[in-house]
Amino acid sequence: MKSVFVYCEVENKKVAEISQELLSAGKRLAQKLGCPLEAMVFGNSLKGIESQISPYGVDKLFVADDARLEPYTTLPHAALAYKVLKQQDPQIVLFGATSIGRDLAPRLASKLNCGLTADATILDIGDHFVKKEKKEYTDLLYAIRPAFGGSIMANIINWDMHPQMATVREGVMKKEIIDENYSTEVITVEVNGVVKDEDFVVEVIDRHIEESGVNLKESPIIVAGGYGVGSKENFDLLKNLANILGGEVGGSRAAVDAGFIDHNRQIGQTGTTVRPKLYIAAGISGAIQHTAGMQDASMIISINNDPEAPINDIADYVITGDLGVVLPKMIKYYKENAK
Amino acid sequence: MRPLKIVVLAKQVPDTRHVGPDAMKPDGTVNRGKLATVFNPDDLHALELALNIKDRIPGTEVTILTMGPQKAADIVREGYYRGVDNGIMISDRRFGGADTLATSYTIVQGIKKISDYDLIVGGRQAIDGDTAQVGPQCADKLNIPQVTYVEEILEIEEDKIIARRRLSKGIETVAAPYPCLMTVHGSSPKCRSRIAKNVMKYKYARTKSELRSADEVLLNLHKKRPYLTIPEWSVEDIEADASKIGLAGSPTKVKSVSSIVLTANESKILTDSDSDIEGMIKELIEHHTIG
Ligand SMILES: Cc1cc2nc3c(=O)[nH]c(=O)nc-3n(C[C@H](O)[C@H](O)[C@H](O)COP(=O)(O)OP(=O)(O)OC[C@H]3O[C@@H](n4cnc5c(N)ncnc54)[C@H](O)[C@@H]3O)c2cc1C
Ligand SMILES: Cc1cc2nc3c(=O)[nH]c(=O)nc-3n(C[C@H](O)[C@H](O)[C@H](O)COP(=O)(O)OP(=O)(O)OC[C@H]3O[C@@H](n4cnc5c(N)ncnc54)[C@H](O)[C@@H]3O)c2cc1C
Repeated sequence: MKSVFVYCEVENKKVAEISQELLSAGKRLAQKLGCPLEAMVFGNSLKGIESQISPYGVDKLFVADDARLEPYTTLPHAALAYKVLKQQDPQIVLFGATSIGRDLAPRLASKLNCGLTADATILDIGDHFVKKEKKEYTDLLYAIRPAFGGSIMANIINWDMHPQMATVREGVMKKEIIDENYSTEVITVEVNGVVKDEDFVVEVIDRHIEESGVNLKESPIIVAGGYGVGSKENFDLLKNLANILGGEVGGSRAAVDAGFIDHNRQIGQTGTTVRPKLYIAAGISGAIQHTAGMQDASMIISINNDPEAPINDIADYVITGDLGVVLPKMIKYYKENAK
Repeated sequence: MRPLKIVVLAKQVPDTRHVGPDAMKPDGTVNRGKLATVFNPDDLHALELALNIKDRIPGTEVTILTMGPQKAADIVREGYYRGVDNGIMISDRRFGGADTLATSYTIVQGIKKISDYDLIVGGRQAIDGDTAQVGPQCADKLNIPQVTYVEEILEIEEDKIIARRRLSKGIETVAAPYPCLMTVHGSSPKCRSRIAKNVMKYKYARTKSELRSADEVLLNLHKKRPYLTIPEWSVEDIEADASKIGLAGSPTKVKSVSSIVLTANESKILTDSDSDIEGMIKELIEHHTIG
């Protein structure tokens, strides 16, 4: 049957942010195709988990609940997902491009002998004419992704080997609740019989997960600094501005490499992708690997002493000047003018 | 501890740090001729991880395996220079245009021909396709467990190997039995440099195809020192099913490619003067962007 399927990640009874993003993106695809949205979630103590998933408009939810399914290990999850997908035979399957999704999805694609697009940032539905077969394939998944170090966008399709699968980058799909009381059919997946003892051969001995700490993705305002900030001390100016505006501080890779700012605040292709309301880029030149992670900000302010800096091309406000002069003035005038 | 047999998967990649507009052909495949090639960065980390095990357990045998066009023999030579014991090259025009499913099938046919291994290590991802899919897909086809994003091997025991993994939001320590496949994260130790002695020894290592254009002197050298001839495997050599390789075996197709052009919009150009900055801040507050 035609359906869109989402693999949901869960830890400690909480459905991951990325999975909520995927459910929303999956629903939009399902609506275009006029088909149901289905999801699967495998973990421990999942009673009532549907309350976190249904609101996104999920028609069917497959739940496997077993203490051995958390923390995630590859083989048991792959065995369960394979079983469910074989049985449901969806058209499209989505995973997060996370440590888990990028571990699980390729293994599953190999088992199912189907295509998998990595790290998509745009999903759509469209047609494709195959010259060799003289045949038009309709309602295909367009999984559009950056490649080649972020310098190109490739639209990857797959028409002949079912299902079409993609991992999707975190933070790029908009979350959208359809209906708090959406009615979902919940189906229990039997773990025993599907998962064998030898699927537990890889043993997790120890695990440290940083719950959140920095939450760049959620922050509506980001004040980001680049190599042009010059020192760790100068980053305090950015922190001050971020604090009074209620935002977070981020940085370019050059700023991270220089030790001005923590690695987990890096924005860009190999860092976090953000889409805040306001992005202030101070002393950032605007390399494509950086802009790939922030160009969807609603408003961009660039502060750079080089009027030709590439970042200026995508900025709404271009301030040509020394950031050491500009940032204190922004702080001053904000304090004076904000109510 | 008994010595291990390790296979390192390494890929020659275009240097995506210097990409020009002609990097892709109109059909969406890579125009490799237009790009400088390098040893995929993560794969150098994988190589170091294998060589480090060899340091710890003498007798361990490291084999480097690459699939690619003729030029990719550089990868095998580089492996020799840094200390691997064997090199294998899988090369055949018919492998061209493969996506990750077809790539992993082909690599696995090669690994099956090697047959004897305890550990397969590869990079986490290649910097051209950036998919990180080949490792897990190989593990599935070999029906062995996978340990992705490995940062360090903590312990090597008789029946299991203990590794620390670098996850996007933390770290995890896992134990896996042999044989298993690991993908190695870029945060693991950097690869050692070339060993001068090995560079001397393997400078003239060549594949069969490369020898076709060789002169008498080089051919004689290869006759005298057979270890200089890098094994090169074709579709037939690895008994690959033609429908599972190359474009035919690849479900994913590139429909279209566009270079990222930064969208030019109307921007307001300001100076660092007080009036310009205050004006901007007032606008932002008025439009509820801040405040
Ligand atoms: C595979 C790959 C992945 C990458 N991933 C990322 C990524 O995720 N994120 C990322 O950011 N980069 C990434 N990069 C690196 C990227 O290519 C650039 O090198 C980096 O973004 C440059 O950072 P920058 O703009 O801070 O530094 P620079 O390019 O050095 O720019 C500094 C800027 O500061 C300005 N400046 C200097 N002094 C002042 C001053 N006093 N006042 C105002 N302006 C000043 C200069 O005019 C210049 O424009 C990646 C690269 C590769 C190859
Ligand atoms: C623009 C573009 C987009 C693409 N998108 C996709 C996509 O979404 N899905 C898809 O299936 N394919 C895609 N491909 C095809 C993919 O790049 C090729 O199949 C490639 O041969 C393997 O994938 P990778 O480079 O991403 O390797 P990765 O999976 O990132 O490589 C991981 C590791 O596997 C090992 N390895 C990989 N290839 C070899 C090799 N040839 N020899 C030895 N070891 C190797 C290395 O250890 C490497 O570090 C894309 C290609 C391009 C040019």
